[in-house]
Amino acid sequence: MHEMSIALSIVEAIESKAREEGAGSISGIELVIGKLAGIEPESLKFCFSAAAKGTLAEEALLNIEEPEGVGECGECGRRFPVSFYYAECPDCRSLRVKIVSGEEFLIQSITIEDQEGE
Amino acid sequence: MCDTCGCSTEGGAVLRKPGESDYHVHVTESSHGDSHHHQGDAHDHGHTHEHGHHHHERKSRTIALEQDVLQKNNLLAERNRGYFEARNIYALNFLSSPGSGKTSLLEKIIPALQKNVPVAVIEGDQQTTNDAERIQALGVPVIQINTGSGCHLDALMVNSAVKELELKDNSLLCIENVGNLVCPAMFDLGEALKVVIISVTEGDDKPLKYPTMFHEADICILNKIDLLPYVDFDVRQCRENAMRVNHHLEWFEVSAKTGEGLGVLQEWIENKLKKR
Repeated sequence: MHEMSIALSIVEAIESKAREEGAGSISGIELVIGKLAGIEPESLKFCFSAAAKGTLAEEALLNIEEPEGVGECGECGRRFPVSFYYAECPDCRSLRVKIVSGEEFLIQSITIEDQEGE
Repeated sequence: MCDTCGCSTEGGAVLRKPGESDYHVHVTESSHGDSHHHQGDAHDHGHTHEHGHHHHERKSRTIALEQDVLQKNNLLAERNRGYFEARNIYALNFLSSPGSGKTSLLEKIIPALQKNVPVAVIEGDQQTTNDAERIQALGVPVIQINTGSGCHLDALMVNSAVKELELKDNSLLCIENVGNLVCPAMFDLGEALKVVIISVTEGDDKPLKYPTMFHEADICILNKIDLLPYVDFDVRQCRENAMRVNHHLEWFEVSAKTGEGLGVLQEWIENKLKKR
């Protein structure tokens, strides 16, 4: 369950950014979690709601973009979709496949609400 | 509140030393003396969208972060790595599921290795100092990290533990992670190499079932090969599976019990130490 410690670190990072901006609350969070990043988005959402309790991000909606895994063959250079690390090139059957996309794990942006009455 | 020292810390990791029941250090942010204002400092505020002068309305704006979620851990891991490099300390992160023989392997290779290089150990477990006691019996400096509910070691825990260990220059640091083939793969500790251990009492498809760990590792050690006559474990198949996930893996076959294969492993580590 490393999703819990990850949820906590996301809350910490976005709260610190929101405070820097003088925000009253955080209403939205855009995350990018590649399909090969080793994170279960559903599990992260579940943990996030617990991790965000009592913080500026308590009401925030999580929006998760999940880029597909893409591999590049080290022999013939072909690019193709991969869902595992042990992908095989569909053309030349080589196992020397480099992952070029799908491992992203980013906080893309946050949407903040200014404090009321300003 | 912490039951042992009565401080206000809730949960979290604790450092312990075998045989010193009153030694008890909480791993906290302040223990590494950095206020960590790194977040977002690489980005200016050019992405914000102001909406004019609506004085009594709540204003909504989107702020770009484009920040790696694991940035904080990764930055601290790099600090650990820099410290190790400066003092020429070679750190190995040992990873496996529980019961594959990480501690037994360390008990066997450390006495041989420490003839040529000083060795220290960081032990990670949810609870107990059992493993640290086994390592202490070898006469090497050791500290136990109890992660409590945590399923992995992180760079902050290692940073705190390193400060409590008297590490020598030009030494070898073995970090035994929490027994878990999933979560520890994501957390860089600042090690030079990740070592994954599997044993022949597990399935030979383990590298395919837990590919992230094998993908991240630099070395794979197959342990308990003395038991091969009694189990249905296909070594060739397992090695092939591991290589499919990560064709850069260095592969070793050993028995921590009988000592078979440990000479080759020891020689490989010693060569790495010479080349650093």
